[in-house]
Amino acid sequence: MKVLVPVKRVIDYNVKVRVKSDESGVDLANVKMSMNPFDEISVEEAVRLKEKGVVEEVVVVSIGPQQAQETLRTALAMGADRGILVKTDETVEPLAVAKILQKVVGEENPDLVILGKQAIDDDSNQTGQMLGALLDWPQGTFASEVVVEDGKITVTREIDGGLQTLALETPAIITTDLRLNEPRYASLPNIMKAKKKPIDEKAPGDYGVDTAARLSVVKVTEPPEREAGEKVEDVAELVSKLKTKGAI
Amino acid sequence: MAVLVIADHDNESLFDATHKTVTAAAAFGGDIDVLVAGKDASGVAEAAAKIDGVRKVLHADGEPYEKQLAEAMEALVVPLMDGYDAVFAPATTMGKNCAPRIAAKLDVMQLSDISDVIDADTFERPIYAGNAMMTVKSSDAKKVVTVRGASFDAAGEGGSASVETIDAPAGPFKSAFVEERIVQSDRPELTSAKRIVSGGRALGSKEDFEKYITPLADKLGAGIGASRAAVDAGYAPNDYQVGQTGKIVAPELYIAIGISGAIQHLAGMKDSKIIVAINKDEEAPIFQVADYGLVADLFNAVPELTDAL
Ligand SMILES: Cc1cc2nc3c(=O)[nH]c(=O)nc-3n(C[C@H](O)[C@H](O)[C@H](O)COP(=O)(O)OP(=O)(O)OC[C@H]3O[C@@H](n4cnc5c(N)ncnc54)[C@H](O)[C@@H]3O)c2cc1C
Ligand SMILES: Nc1ncnc2c1ncn2[C@@H]1O[C@H](COP(=O)(O)O)[C@@H](O)[C@H]1O
Repeated sequence: MKVLVPVKRVIDYNVKVRVKSDESGVDLANVKMSMNPFDEISVEEAVRLKEKGVVEEVVVVSIGPQQAQETLRTALAMGADRGILVKTDETVEPLAVAKILQKVVGEENPDLVILGKQAIDDDSNQTGQMLGALLDWPQGTFASEVVVEDGKITVTREIDGGLQTLALETPAIITTDLRLNEPRYASLPNIMKAKKKPIDEKAPGDYGVDTAARLSVVKVTEPPEREAGEKVEDVAELVSKLKTKGAI
Repeated sequence: MAVLVIADHDNESLFDATHKTVTAAAAFGGDIDVLVAGKDASGVAEAAAKIDGVRKVLHADGEPYEKQLAEAMEALVVPLMDGYDAVFAPATTMGKNCAPRIAAKLDVMQLSDISDVIDADTFERPIYAGNAMMTVKSSDAKKVVTVRGASFDAAGEGGSASVETIDAPAGPFKSAFVEERIVQSDRPELTSAKRIVSGGRALGSKEDFEKYITPLADKLGAGIGASRAAVDAGYAPNDYQVGQTGKIVAPELYIAIGISGAIQHLAGMKDSKIIVAINKDEEAPIFQVADYGLVADLFNAVPELTDAL
């Protein structure tokens, strides 16, 4: 079995973003960037499937600027076998990402594509499902458990009311949720080894995909600021304040 | 103009997120039809017909719709879209799961988790865990939108729309439902609860989470939430998680207990009307958004608070 894992380079989850004063976007200059945390979970899951002997090859792909190569290297250091960088300096929306991935799938013929449920920059939560539709593949989104056995994939999903289990035919799409696994840290020897693993460089044009944006940004603003309130001395004061406010 | 709203439900009751989505659809404008896709869900279709502002309810019945499998929902909705300018779904796990498949098939870029409708092309949505609000204009002819429930009031229930039964593709589809573990409880559902008591890592165990959080929630008639750390550690089930990647809530009263207030958690609750924080670290970031902060050991303060109510 072969697995394709799309990984996105995003602002690190610990960074508090700042909105630019001209309201054109958020300030990304000199900000720490990392692999989207959900994509680390995807890479980890693919590598574990490989370690179990279910999967032979793990290919990682990123659509983004030259620096997205570092994100691919991180994935290779975690245990992926090779990378594909689809290089572009433009913002590529989930629909266009899904179209590029559809073409990559056409060339690579994976049995499984594991994506993150959500990129923590645009918070879109779309790409995996879109790819599923474009390929006419089934999907198991928000996965907290994945079992691959005899060509059948069983996915347990985190849904609003609890957990749901689906059986998927292969080939299939999975999107990962937080509880699926705990991604490993790459060891130094593996980081060194990753430097020698191949990364293919492509451009969106190589796949004939039009990446023109469908959504134009009118403005990006600060959310309404919430004022810190007051500290109360004890439980009695808390109760009396809440009563005055009519909250209890 | 006409909008199709996809109802979220469990075949027995219609979820409140649907009413909120209708409010967002009304702001978009045009006639509003509600699609109830389910199995033996005619009661839900009748409930949807009562939502204010609805023109008609489309009721599709079939096995694959019992759990609203994404592949089936795509096959059902895409052909219906010839008659609509937009499809609105709640940003629940159902809507998040299904809507992007419909968008991709229609070749449009979805507007996820919108917090406001500016006009028929322009929408506001939070990005970066709600640390920025983005207003975007869509150039697509049809709109596919998911709606953040916490940002819209629920539409009322004074309507009397007609219910029309429609054919639903029967499959076979490439995914199949196996089982579900849904905890039935009388507690208010998080996204519509008026009060929420939420516990964090500080609770230390599942037993203590139940021992300290549950009685307080019972006293207040509140829903129970949790931080990711508490869920990851197994103190609380996954559907309790509040935050950027969990549930987005905006109750009248949110009590955060032993939760530090990481941006990913704040993203899910900072629109609550009154926030109370109980934390023993006076520097905890949660105090920056709390209306009332109590610096105390939760293991003393929470029982005391429960008794005082
Ligand atoms: C991709 C991604 C997505 C995420 N999504 C979410 C999400 O949706 N929701 C979410 O919540 N988090 C999310 N997180 C995790 C988030 O970053 C934090 O790690 C998490 O919210 C911390 O949970 P906590 O506040 O319970 O734990 P901690 O940060 O460990 O805080 C525990 C708090 O309890 C206090 N405390 C300890 N003992 C006591 C006591 N006896 N009495 C009173 N107070 C005490 C401490 O002072 C501390 O402030 C996400 C992270 C990532 C990377
Ligand atoms: N530019 C990109 N390059 C590679 N993968 C991506 C890219 N954008 C999105 N993805 C994948 O799609 C998932 C969901 O992203 P989104 O739909 O933007 O929330 C991510 O977790 C990635 O797995």
